[in-house]
Amino acid sequence: MLVEIGHFAMILALALSATQAFFGLTGAALKRERWMSVATSAVTGQFLFLALGTATLVHAFVVNDFSVKYVANHSNSALPLFYRVAALWGAHEGSLLLWICVLGVWSIAVAWRGAKLPADYLARVLGVLGVVSFGFLLFLLTTSNPFERLLPAAIDGADLNPQLQDFAMAIHPPILYAGYVGMSVSFAFACAAMLEGRRDHLWARWQRPWTVMAWAFLSCGIALGSWWAYYVLGWGGWWAWDPVENASFMPWLAGTALIHSLIVTDKRGLFKSWTLLLSVAVFSLSLLGTFLVRSGVLNSVHSFAADPARGIFILSFLVLMIGGALALYAWRAPSLGSDVGFEMVSRESFILFNNILLAVATAVVFGGTLAPMIADTLGLGTLSVGPPYFNPSFLIPTIPLVALLSVGIHARWRRGQLSLSKQRILGTLAVAVVVALGVVYGIYGSTRLMTPIGAVLGIWIILSSLVDPLLQLRRRIALPVGVIGMTVAHIGVGIFVLGITFVESSTIERDIALARGQSHTIGGYEFRFLGVENMEGPNFDGVRGHVIVTQGNKVVADLFPDKRRYFVQGTVTTKAAIGAQWNRDLLAALGEDLGSNSWSLRLQYRPMIRFVWLGAAIMALGGVLTLFDRRYRTAPVAATASVQTTGEPVQASS
Amino acid sequence: MKRFLLPLGAFALLVVVLLVGLRHAPEREAKFVKSPLIGKPAPQFTLPQLVDPAQTFDSGSLRGGWHLVNIWATWCVTCREEHEVLLQIKQEGRVPIVGLDWKDEDAAAISWLSQLGNPYQVVLADRKGEVAIDFGVYLAPESFLIDPQGVVVEKQYGAMTVEDWRSKFLPHLTAPAKAGA
Repeated sequence: MLVEIGHFAMILALALSATQAFFGLTGAALKRERWMSVATSAVTGQFLFLALGTATLVHAFVVNDFSVKYVANHSNSALPLFYRVAALWGAHEGSLLLWICVLGVWSIAVAWRGAKLPADYLARVLGVLGVVSFGFLLFLLTTSNPFERLLPAAIDGADLNPQLQDFAMAIHPPILYAGYVGMSVSFAFACAAMLEGRRDHLWARWQRPWTVMAWAFLSCGIALGSWWAYYVLGWGGWWAWDPVENASFMPWLAGTALIHSLIVTDKRGLFKSWTLLLSVAVFSLSLLGTFLVRSGVLNSVHSFAADPARGIFILSFLVLMIGGALALYAWRAPSLGSDVGFEMVSRESFILFNNILLAVATAVVFGGTLAPMIADTLGLGTLSVGPPYFNPSFLIPTIPLVALLSVGIHARWRRGQLSLSKQRILGTLAVAVVVALGVVYGIYGSTRLMTPIGAVLGIWIILSSLVDPLLQLRRRIALPVGVIGMTVAHIGVGIFVLGITFVESSTIERDIALARGQSHTIGGYEFRFLGVENMEGPNFDGVRGHVIVTQGNKVVADLFPDKRRYFVQGTVTTKAAIGAQWNRDLLAALGEDLGSNSWSLRLQYRPMIRFVWLGAAIMALGGVLTLFDRRYRTAPVAATASVQTTGEPVQASS
Repeated sequence: MKRFLLPLGAFALLVVVLLVGLRHAPEREAKFVKSPLIGKPAPQFTLPQLVDPAQTFDSGSLRGGWHLVNIWATWCVTCREEHEVLLQIKQEGRVPIVGLDWKDEDAAAISWLSQLGNPYQVVLADRKGEVAIDFGVYLAPESFLIDPQGVVVEKQYGAMTVEDWRSKFLPHLTAPAKAGA
């Protein structure tokens, strides 16, 4: 009965999303205040019904109600409670429900925080969000209903995919979706500005914090997914350029471009139409990701059960939303001129390069992701596009991107006077070269060309991000929170670059057969295999190996890699054991039992892999910090006057 | 003015590509899910029979005639849906069905068969699920069509349906057997 109530609540939420869309958009168009306030109330109502619907399904998981088909297919009574709740988003239907709920949370946050926005602008934003919500609710109810009953009820459930029974994987979808869905808020702000036909650029300031927030979530979500793949899939890889990974990476790349172009539009009133187009593009890439993952047009290791009927629905939705937004763009953008110009060497032009290079990087990923499908469609045969394409192609735009960051960070708005910063640029570069070469040849001894290049670029970013703020602090000039956030985020980029450089060039990996008591040495670490023992878990059994790692005479890691067999689905999973330290990971995974106490083992030494996720987390932290900047706390209407006068603090002071 | 229409045009092109890709998706899916066992000899095994554990069944017995090996269990919900179809296949009498009862309790399996009817020529008890692993099963039910040479020629992932039986499986049985397919 409860689940039927939940189902009904979702139908009511659908009706309210239609109400929100209609009254928001027409209310603003007809300038009827009552209508516009209906949209705001509809957001709250819709949120309550979404919460109710989701709660009934969570309840069904918690009490093991196997008369609900979705629960029977994706949970099991032996599954620990935490994973029974997380099983809600373990497959297509429930994750779509999560998508919608996250949108509900974002919408109510916009309705609540946006009280200071002009009423008709807010109504349009909520109206667009209502359209998005309506589309997804309709999709859920017509093609992917998680509230469906199963008669007769199952005795027990088919269990959650064992690889998803993991902490990082349980929290990865909500955070990733917060990012994906947050981009629809950014989209709604841009659409509202276009619908209204605004010629100013105030919307950019209103849109900025929401976009940055969504971008920070997306960064964390992708990093969590990568971390999960690293320690659960057991082969030590952290990024495989899989279509599903790319589907989340493309909105991130375009989103990174967007948060930068928004700064220019907000502060200088430039790039208006480009920023609008980028906002539409980021959301399109999020939707496209949903389409690619759920329609079966691409094959991936971790896609959802594919269903072309769902594909048709998402594609139609994509055509309506994105086609509509782009038509709106074609209509409105021509009237958006720029009132001011900028010189060749200025902060504006560096952000322009940043945007161009990020757009190229997005195109590289986009092309590689869609190429197999296009080749197959044209009858060119089955094509597999993997790291051999992505790794080198991706470096072409990203190397100049990070190099220009270290130079452009010193540039000022409007006018070019890089010669003044010449000292800082060359100084930081010289220090970076010395430190990087010392680390590369002194510690790691790599012979690859990319290693010193990556190390120099990474260190250079960190130094050049720090130099301007530090010089200001020395002159006792307080730093605005926005500048601190930017600095932190850019340091994150540097750490990320360093992580990738060293993990890609200095990893050592060996597959080797070891009998009990035997050992093997890689990279100065001696891995000794001490045999295996049986183990039992709540819903699995298996064997656990023991590997002791010593360096010199000191034990540095005690590793227990295991191999589990989950009862219900009979799946065998390999869990690698990782001895982590800030600057390196030691990893051991069990392969096959070769008999007579001998096993095949995979041993790895991965330097600085932690820097990859740490870098991503620091970038996200930097983004979040900028949200606390004073400029977002001032009332938006009052901010009009200060738009041109609020200069960049760095410029004002030096 | 025209340059602002460019994104819309590019998007239209993308939609066409996606639409064509979507039309091809089912074929691609079929290619993808096909078991690597197809065209290869069925795994070797020896298992006790469900009704009389003292008697064993050897994979060698699969040779000499067509067999449909069906992996099922009483805890498997979809197997219950599939059961009706298996009974129909038995009635048609084109091919004997060998049931592989996967990680199940014997008593539950026997009472299931007496209640719902027994479509199988013989039921084998794979209590630890080891044979199912050799078959590459990861979710019941699954079915494998094995030719008289003991080679797997077709696989059903999930429940057998009447349509799939007619379109995918029956043609193998009516066509003259190709050696080493």
